[in-house]
Amino acid sequence: MSDAAVELDHAYKKFRKGELYDSLRDLLPALTARLLRRARRAELGTREFWAVRDVSFEVRRGEAFGVIGANGAGKSTILKLLSGIMEPTLGTVVVRGRLSALIEVSAGFHPDLTGRENVFLNGAILGMTRREIARRFDEIVAFSGLDEFIDTPVKRYSSGMFARLGFAVAAHVDPDILIVDEVLSVGDFVFQQKCVERMTSIIRGGATVIFVSHNLRAVAELCARALLMDRGRAAAIGPPDEVIRTYLAQAEARRASPPGSGVFVSKVEVRDASGPRAHFNSGDRITVDVDVVSRGAYERLAVVVGLKDANEYNVFTASSEGLLGSCFALAPDEAITCSFELDLHLAAGRYRICTWVVRFDSETVYDHWAAAATVFVSSETPVRGVVNLYPTARLGAKRAAPPAAEAAATEPAAIAPDGAARPAS
Amino acid sequence: MTAATLRQVPAELFRRRDLLYLLTWRDIKLKYKQTVMGFLWAMLMPLVIVSAGLIVRYAFARVSGTTFKLDDLVLVTVKAAPWAFFVSAIRFASNSLVANANLVTKIYMPREIFPLAAVLSQLVDFAVAAVVVVVFLGIARVPPRLELLWIVPLMVLLVLLAAALGVFLSAGALFFRDVKYIVEVILTFAIFFTPVFYEAALFGRWAPLLLVNPVAPLLEGLGAAATGRAMPAPGWLAYSAVVSIGGFLASLSFFKRLEPYFAESV
Repeated sequence: MSDAAVELDHAYKKFRKGELYDSLRDLLPALTARLLRRARRAELGTREFWAVRDVSFEVRRGEAFGVIGANGAGKSTILKLLSGIMEPTLGTVVVRGRLSALIEVSAGFHPDLTGRENVFLNGAILGMTRREIARRFDEIVAFSGLDEFIDTPVKRYSSGMFARLGFAVAAHVDPDILIVDEVLSVGDFVFQQKCVERMTSIIRGGATVIFVSHNLRAVAELCARALLMDRGRAAAIGPPDEVIRTYLAQAEARRASPPGSGVFVSKVEVRDASGPRAHFNSGDRITVDVDVVSRGAYERLAVVVGLKDANEYNVFTASSEGLLGSCFALAPDEAITCSFELDLHLAAGRYRICTWVVRFDSETVYDHWAAAATVFVSSETPVRGVVNLYPTARLGAKRAAPPAAEAAATEPAAIAPDGAARPAS
Repeated sequence: MTAATLRQVPAELFRRRDLLYLLTWRDIKLKYKQTVMGFLWAMLMPLVIVSAGLIVRYAFARVSGTTFKLDDLVLVTVKAAPWAFFVSAIRFASNSLVANANLVTKIYMPREIFPLAAVLSQLVDFAVAAVVVVVFLGIARVPPRLELLWIVPLMVLLVLLAAALGVFLSAGALFFRDVKYIVEVILTFAIFFTPVFYEAALFGRWAPLLLVNPVAPLLEGLGAAATGRAMPAPGWLAYSAVVSIGGFLASLSFFKRLEPYFAESV
């Protein structure tokens, strides 16, 4: 038996833009062809496009595999092919073992049923038997932290509670292959931590995990290999660090709208008092000049500047509209330069500057340049992270520690449930 | 490929039997949630049909100068409950895929589970109504005869026929919402073309025309089993059986063939 838990072999998936059928003339031949299985599958019709094009990869048993890529690159389609919701137009998809997907974990919930009833229903939808659910019921409820509300119809739940219960069920399915699609963003911080721990323990338990995420750091930490999807094709596959680097390099080259039409950022320059530069010291005051060119009439415009760290974490954004309290308008073939002054209170590292041109009231993005410039920051203060808080430290005189038993007794008082410290009795 | 898929259906359904059970149970539970009458609703629908049937039968008797017999009452009662089941099973099953669209597009499961659960949940309603029918037959002093055993195979065929139509129409409705409206219209008027209030024999030599409707021999058979009248000709019963069983298999095979396109067509 093969070592691969999942295999995609030259998989293609075709989609149609717009309405599925808009005339009977269109529909009848299409449907007949479908039923007779004589559709010319390798060719594209007028409004068809490949959502996934010639993708091959395999995931070994017990491996954690990441899938990254921009929106619309075909990540979700890959997941749908793997989970059997869709069939590839061409090529083959082989899945060996019980597969469970943490995609929209509360999809099976019915608002009128109670939490308890929904746990059973959703568990069965995800492939568990009633006996399995009953056996793990207490565990699921404890994980969700909703035992008080378990007999309340879920329509009375908050959206966070809803998602927590959904994740709790899905996390207890015990599949051979687990597909995770960006679900780690449900619930509060404590619950998210729980989810990450649960994921890690599922990976350690020997399950094969396929993890789709925009969170590059999580992919780098959790996965042994990663796949980069780009407009339906597999652009890179290999160790996550390399794949992520390829992805970032690609993102730098790409623009939301091709420069030359509409309203767009034509140039971004980073400088200090002495002229354009790329290397700065932590704490330097810099100027970012954003040149905006318009080929049409646009109003209520604002320029947004942002800064991302090497892990794609958004450190900072600011908008001209927010800073100036007003927006601007451009007539056809007009240009304007918007200058931002920033104090680089950053820890040492590489940072990317991104810019947007937006209509600020409707939040329409006219142009987004994800990697307009790169700045390198060096710092004399040894700090890690993203900000430089100009730390100093000093050591006091040594003294005797309180006896160990007393320390243990007073500790809980500091985190009493009501948040206030109880007076020591 | 299709044959193989169809052959996989029983095994897959057996593996997911708990899901089938829970979906059936959900459909029943939701139907009567927040209703004052609860399960009484399951009796109401057949009761309305019986009452309507009685009025029609009484009118027939008056017009034609014959007497209104107990037999008439028994016939209408015995046929009304299965008919109510048949209609609501098809109506409910044909909407089942669209109603569960969020599941169809997000999680894999054998999708025929939705129309089948819909039919099963209506079958539970029928069981409730059947209790009332049995009590009524007891009051009407219908003697327990051997012919009553006919009810079992006839009901099985009726369920299969309802499932055949339900499975087929649910897939159709997923691609074209028109199906839903067509089904509504046909189900509303179907009672005129189906011997529920009357017997096919009423139409003399035109009776076969009515029996072409595969539900007709089944309902006639049920009526005959309860009253001890002559069963429909074996040919007609065999015809219904072939249509029900063959239709069910054909419809499942059609369903499985279209299933890969469900998620992108909903």
